[in-house]
Amino acid sequence: MRPRLNLLIGGVLCIVIISTALLAPLIAPTDPVLDADLMNAELPPDAQFWFGTDAQGRDVLSRILYGARISLAVGIGSQVINTLIGLALGISAGYFGGWWDDFVTGLTNLMLAIPSLIFALAIMAILGPGLASLLIALGLTNWSWTCRIARSSALSLKKQGYVQAAKTLGYGDIRIMITQILPNMIGPILVIGTLGMGDAILAEAALSYLGLGIKPPFPSWGNMLTDARELIVIAPWAAIFPGLAIFVTVLGLNLFGDGLRDWLDPHMRARQL
Amino acid sequence: MTDNLLEVRDLRLDIVSGRVGHNVVDNVSFSIGRGEAYGLVGESGCGKSITALSIIGLLKKPLAVTGGELIFDGRDLRALSKRELRRLRGERIAMIFQEPMTALNPLSPVGRQIAEMFVLHKGATWKEAEKLAIEALGNVQVPAPEERVKAYPHQMSGGMRQRVMIAIALACNPDLLIADEPTTALDVTVQAEILKLVKELCAARGTSVLMISHDLGVIANMCNRVGIMYAGRLVEERPVADLFLHPAHPYTDGLLKSLPQLGSRRLEGRKRLQEIEGTVPSIANFPPGCRFQPRCHRATPVCSVEIPPPSALSHDGFVKCFNHER
Repeated sequence: MRPRLNLLIGGVLCIVIISTALLAPLIAPTDPVLDADLMNAELPPDAQFWFGTDAQGRDVLSRILYGARISLAVGIGSQVINTLIGLALGISAGYFGGWWDDFVTGLTNLMLAIPSLIFALAIMAILGPGLASLLIALGLTNWSWTCRIARSSALSLKKQGYVQAAKTLGYGDIRIMITQILPNMIGPILVIGTLGMGDAILAEAALSYLGLGIKPPFPSWGNMLTDARELIVIAPWAAIFPGLAIFVTVLGLNLFGDGLRDWLDPHMRARQL
Repeated sequence: MTDNLLEVRDLRLDIVSGRVGHNVVDNVSFSIGRGEAYGLVGESGCGKSITALSIIGLLKKPLAVTGGELIFDGRDLRALSKRELRRLRGERIAMIFQEPMTALNPLSPVGRQIAEMFVLHKGATWKEAEKLAIEALGNVQVPAPEERVKAYPHQMSGGMRQRVMIAIALACNPDLLIADEPTTALDVTVQAEILKLVKELCAARGTSVLMISHDLGVIANMCNRVGIMYAGRLVEERPVADLFLHPAHPYTDGLLKSLPQLGSRRLEGRKRLQEIEGTVPSIANFPPGCRFQPRCHRATPVCSVEIPPPSALSHDGFVKCFNHER
């Protein structure tokens, strides 16, 4: 029962978060940028401003709803890019071995040696701020763990009887990688992929904080947090709610990834039936 | 030249790593006619499995074919490109393995794994392939094939899985089926069923079989001719009946004597079962001359100097031993 519950809770959370992001213009009580009113600055949560207001008197709830668009786009988008790069490099490296494996392993170690945020900073500095460059910067810098896991799984999976059998049955290399190896490593890849989404949302926050991500006044959960940092004593709600939003999103994505992994595994599925 | 499906001539396989090379399979020649079942017997590590792998071109480094010819249906397998070889595998040469537990992908339903063969080699659509898969599953006598195609490997028993493997291997009507100890992991009753199944299916389709086993019983059941391998060399090749009646090579003789025989106690009284003394030499230091010579009770001085040439035997077959007539 438990795995199903994971999938259910995670799925509901994800659907709620994604739909609020999509429907933000319809459900947000105020405009996140234009409706600044210094007379309302730093109001605690009340009936009018459910989540309170920030230093400029903007509604925190509206900003979170709009910010969800950026954070989700960055979190999911960059992680999809990361996972694709990591899988392609990792599986091929583990499967083919030889010089290609050495090359990919070297590249992975290089990526791990440079703090990914610094690397992302450098890419952002070249591309300039904006959503597209955020996606590229975070999507190109965080694939090393996926790659490592994919490589080591491929290494052990290619010794499996069914991969050997597939070879004797005339399967091509690409076909073996996609139909035999990839499905059997999908569990850990999903988990690391969804975990990475949380990292990406936080990295976006860090980049925005440094002025390289989403430019104020447009909201993202990251720059809301950094704006609220100075007010943490006077107006803690301005920091708590974006933080909670990140927490709930990451939790939802992780539960969803976990549940998906269990559901995709026929052994686990059989146990529940 | 002849109408043999497979000709293996003077096959030589070596372990090539850096500067040291070890010979693993030396001068193995045999042929398999169309529709014939040929058995290759030997103990673990004597080179039977890698001989089979070399036929389908799947030897892994550091193992390599270093000499000889592999002729399949008139074509030299060693000269084929990777691509041509891949087309051959599964479609014209198929293989089944010892471990039905691991030879199936745990994440796809067995029907899909059978169907994939039709998609891959026959260009069928998935819809057609699924129907063909049900049919194929029925052919290997899996009950209720319409339902079983949706089952995952872990929901099936070892015997059922081996049946699925056979269905996959025979899906494209190959000319040659290589069976590498297909029944070793199964219990005896299932083993008999599986062997019967392979025998019947192959006979019906005219598929040649290369049966690899260390179990003489299996070979006796399945094959027309048998080759006995010892330490990388084919030491004797005979029609099955002759082999069991008059083993010519001292190793074959030893093998047969080491098998307990039903009823022998009543006929001959209580006797110690004979074993072959000593162990198989490691590939790093094969003895000169005949490789069986250190363990052989018929050895003469010439045995440790020269490699015995094949000497023809009455009927059909040969033995590589200087003293086989003693």
